[in-house]
Amino acid sequence: MANSAQREGVAAGATLNRDAAPGETLLKVTGLQKHFPIRKGLLQRQVGAVRAVDGLDFEVKSGETLGVVGESGCGKSTMGRLITRLLEPTAGKVEFEGKDITHLGVGAMRPMRRDVQMIFQDPYSSLNPRHTIGTIISAPFKLQGVTPEGGVKKEVQRLLSVVGLNPEHYNRYPHEFSGGQRQRIGIARALALNPKMVVADEPVSALDVSIQAQVVNLLDDLQQELGLTYVIIAHDLSVVRHVSDRIAVMYLGKIVELADRDSLYKAPMHPYTKALMSAVPIPDPRRKSAKSERILLQGDVPSPIAPPSGCRFHTRCWKATQICTTTEPPLLELKPGQQVACHHPENFEDQAPQDTVLLTVAKQAAELVADEVLAESAATSAAVAAEVAATPAETPTASPAATAPEDEAPAKEK
Amino acid sequence: MARGTAAGPRAVLAYLIRRLFAAAVMLVVIILVVFGIFFLVPRWAGVDPATMFVGKQADPAAIEAVRQKLGLADPIFAQVWEFFKGIFVGRTYSSGGDVTDCAAPCFGYSFKSEQAIWPVLTDRFPVTLALALGAAFLWLLFGVAAGVLSALKRGSLWDRGAMIVALGGVSLPIYFTGMLSLAIFSYGLGWIDGRYVPLAESFTGWLGGMILPWVTLAFLYAAMYARITRATMLEVLGEDYIRTARAKGLTEPVVIGKHAMRSTMTPILTMLGMDLGALIGGAILTETTFSLPGLGGAVLQAIRDKDLPVILGVTLITSLAVIIANLLVDLLYAVIDPRVRLS
Amino acid sequence: MTELSKSGAAVGEPVKDSPAPSAFLEVRDLKVHFPTDDGLVKSVDGLSFTLEKGKTLGIVGESGSGKSVTSLGIMGLHTAGQYGKRKAQISGEIWLDGTELLTADPDHVRKLRGREMAMIFQDPLSALHPYYTIGQQIVEAYRIHHKVDKKTARRRAVEMLDRVGIPQPDKRVDSYPHEFSGGMRQRAMIAMSLVNNPELLIADEPTTALDVTVQAQILDLIRDLQKEFGSAVIVITHDLGVVAELSDDILVMYGGRCIERGPAEKVFYEPKHPYTWGLLGSMPRLDREQTERLIPVKGSPPSLINLPTGCAFNPRCSYADVPKDNVTRTVRPELAQVGSQHWAACHMTPEQRERIWTEEIAPKL
Repeated sequence: MANSAQREGVAAGATLNRDAAPGETLLKVTGLQKHFPIRKGLLQRQVGAVRAVDGLDFEVKSGETLGVVGESGCGKSTMGRLITRLLEPTAGKVEFEGKDITHLGVGAMRPMRRDVQMIFQDPYSSLNPRHTIGTIISAPFKLQGVTPEGGVKKEVQRLLSVVGLNPEHYNRYPHEFSGGQRQRIGIARALALNPKMVVADEPVSALDVSIQAQVVNLLDDLQQELGLTYVIIAHDLSVVRHVSDRIAVMYLGKIVELADRDSLYKAPMHPYTKALMSAVPIPDPRRKSAKSERILLQGDVPSPIAPPSGCRFHTRCWKATQICTTTEPPLLELKPGQQVACHHPENFEDQAPQDTVLLTVAKQAAELVADEVLAESAATSAAVAAEVAATPAETPTASPAATAPEDEAPAKEK
Repeated sequence: MARGTAAGPRAVLAYLIRRLFAAAVMLVVIILVVFGIFFLVPRWAGVDPATMFVGKQADPAAIEAVRQKLGLADPIFAQVWEFFKGIFVGRTYSSGGDVTDCAAPCFGYSFKSEQAIWPVLTDRFPVTLALALGAAFLWLLFGVAAGVLSALKRGSLWDRGAMIVALGGVSLPIYFTGMLSLAIFSYGLGWIDGRYVPLAESFTGWLGGMILPWVTLAFLYAAMYARITRATMLEVLGEDYIRTARAKGLTEPVVIGKHAMRSTMTPILTMLGMDLGALIGGAILTETTFSLPGLGGAVLQAIRDKDLPVILGVTLITSLAVIIANLLVDLLYAVIDPRVRLS
Repeated sequence: MTELSKSGAAVGEPVKDSPAPSAFLEVRDLKVHFPTDDGLVKSVDGLSFTLEKGKTLGIVGESGSGKSVTSLGIMGLHTAGQYGKRKAQISGEIWLDGTELLTADPDHVRKLRGREMAMIFQDPLSALHPYYTIGQQIVEAYRIHHKVDKKTARRRAVEMLDRVGIPQPDKRVDSYPHEFSGGMRQRAMIAMSLVNNPELLIADEPTTALDVTVQAQILDLIRDLQKEFGSAVIVITHDLGVVAELSDDILVMYGGRCIERGPAEKVFYEPKHPYTWGLLGSMPRLDREQTERLIPVKGSPPSLINLPTGCAFNPRCSYADVPKDNVTRTVRPELAQVGSQHWAACHMTPEQRERIWTEEIAPKL
């Protein structure tokens, strides 16, 4: 298959040149799943599973930043732990530089740990309070049995200055630092082994706004200087937009939309993405009364133990029709650089135009959406449809999802 | 009180059944383990239980007769089975023409006194139970009250004083405090007789005999409970929902007595469940110090005499008491904290 | 008290000798200090503001700026239930509807709590008692202040739960907090705080613990309820978006003091304090074109035990050298009127600030 040929190519490239050139696939995830079993009773029988991550496909290219957004329980943190192999996937495949690392043991993962590092949310609990920051930052050297050039102490001091801390503070303890400084320590530790990819799980959400900006800028600078690849997981859509090149939106263990930053924010296609973005409070008092733009979602995210059938968002979507309850929409590249899993996408031609009868829940949900928004959405969809009809040759081959089986996802290979 | 969706009577019943089933399994395991220890270990150690029963000077024929009668030569599984059977349906000891019937709750015969064990247990258990429950009541009352007061007056003279006394209570051994209290109140001041009088004979006499043991035993535990209550109460007072309770405009007695106390009781109950089990250890010392005719005295004597059937009987009955106490505590726990009922 | 009240008295506000203010809520020179082993923590150090019924005041600041301490101070929750030796030291005046709360009988203030003034907390899971049903907790809140039987109070609780948008309120009233989702819990919390129709509602980070789509629901609810009940609302948050959504007036706190206060539009469009500029520059915004870089505030928030002398923001201020004579290092700037209903505490002249804002800051936002 074309796919495997491409993969071999990547693998060959990786062996020839340890530092993958920008734009090459660094991480490739296929069908990734993680189900946490729920056990009950005396015999601890498995009575179900929390389907935290339930089938993800994406790639991370060298040098880019992939942002992952979603609400609590969407599986974004579990995803982060799977690609860094802090957790073992239930199914699917994780390839790093063409090498399958899905089921590598602790020993086999060790060399890989140099290349993939993680930054955690809580700068208070992720640092051992009894160790000096020198010990904390040099721990990776000891674990990997590496002696950096010029000695450990010198390297630790260099790292401290790289992240903007005073190199002379290497024998202070974490409690002597503020929250922002502690997050810098966490970053220095992650950078110690000169990794290729850094996975940051909510790196700034525990920090104050003014400090948050310092850390965001630091991450930005480090990427420029060191050519790092980032996967940044966050719930804050404005932060994600600021730091990311491409963004994956997750809902209940699935990616519902994966697109270039600008396409996603200018013309989101998945209704959930649209609702999510419209829900962010805008720091502009003049828009206080402009409530009409906001899409209020009803109720809460359903339980990942028994996710809804078909499209998982259909219980809260104002566009849901019959097909949404029965057929899971595949993640298709409808526009170049914009993949979406929806039967009735926004800002694009309807994928299941024959299905027009709204579900009762959708009608209720639509009552919360202002008429202007609905009208605008219908207008853009119609416009796109007209455009598509006019120039059929240029459009991506998106067969109507109603008839397309899932495994036939004809996303255009780049 | 209206119970929420999680706490229907059916859920509580299911929980109860699950717990009772687990308790039964636990009891069987305990019997097996205790039986194993007390009947196998002497064999490995080269001591013949039959000689213990009849005495070392007995002639070999008599020893053999006893061995036959008690079934000591049978395989271990047969012995266990006979023992179980004895408890539930009674058993018959026979050796040739010598037949002894042992009715339903049959725990065997004492090696030493050659008396049936069950009557001994039923005789002595109520004394130990009265000692334990009375002491538990006292220590809960005074320990929790002192702990709450200390927490509310944190850093005050009362707090420091109470905590020093509590430290003393935790560190001083029971026989010391017991002897001291006997010396002062019974021999010195002569306020209390100090002799045990059965309840059936005289209530006041019984009370007089029990009061010092109660206080002595309760003192040790009250000290521990005061400390844990203080710590828990301080923690609970820092909780957000206490702030919410005040923000509603509740008066301080309601905030403390209702909202804070209910949460403070949870760890105390957990501790109570464990302590009721450990209590038998404390009871042995207390009973010896005050010469109470409880299980403690019996088991101490039995250990001295290597009287294995008595030790086995006492162990089983106390295990049963511990299991029942824990079941009660867990049920109470479920009443206090609605979240445990789900699991 | 009177000798302290000079420092923070806002210009243009009624002075200390006119005791009965016309405003519904007036806070004058509020100070809340906590003695600790390391020294006196001056969490709030001279704060004054007014609030009318039907209006919303947003208090913005970072952690340790004193915003939550202020709200607890108004509710009288620093003194209620203060056991042990280390009591908070509170001075100043808090006038609620003609009553001065700091000198009033504590039991009178207790009766006002929950009835006249109510509070919504950040984390509804920890703010609700885990062992009592939602209904029991709302009924309790109602019955302290109303002599009604349990049945009536329960009906009232169901009615309130319905009002805040909890489905099947007659069933959910018997649920425990852990059986609710985060958003539902916050709705229940709001129902509980509004059960007595309070005139003043303080919402302390009401949506910080919630997901963004749920946050939108809750903000919507708070706005609707305020319209319906006409109460005065104080929203305390670090999120400028939330403040912009809800507030008529905004008060920016730094190091226990107000550094800028004014109508929401003014504070967002013509901010007059470098720290406010910093907050606006630090925040990535969805409603604007992508900016190349954020403009963070350098350094870390000050220690509340050893506040910098002079302007507390001085060590982090990029324009500390602009005022002449270096007064920022020695003299603490007072709030000065910089526009209609708009005050800021900065040593720079209005012209200097105007120039920096229009030339250096605004173009980069």
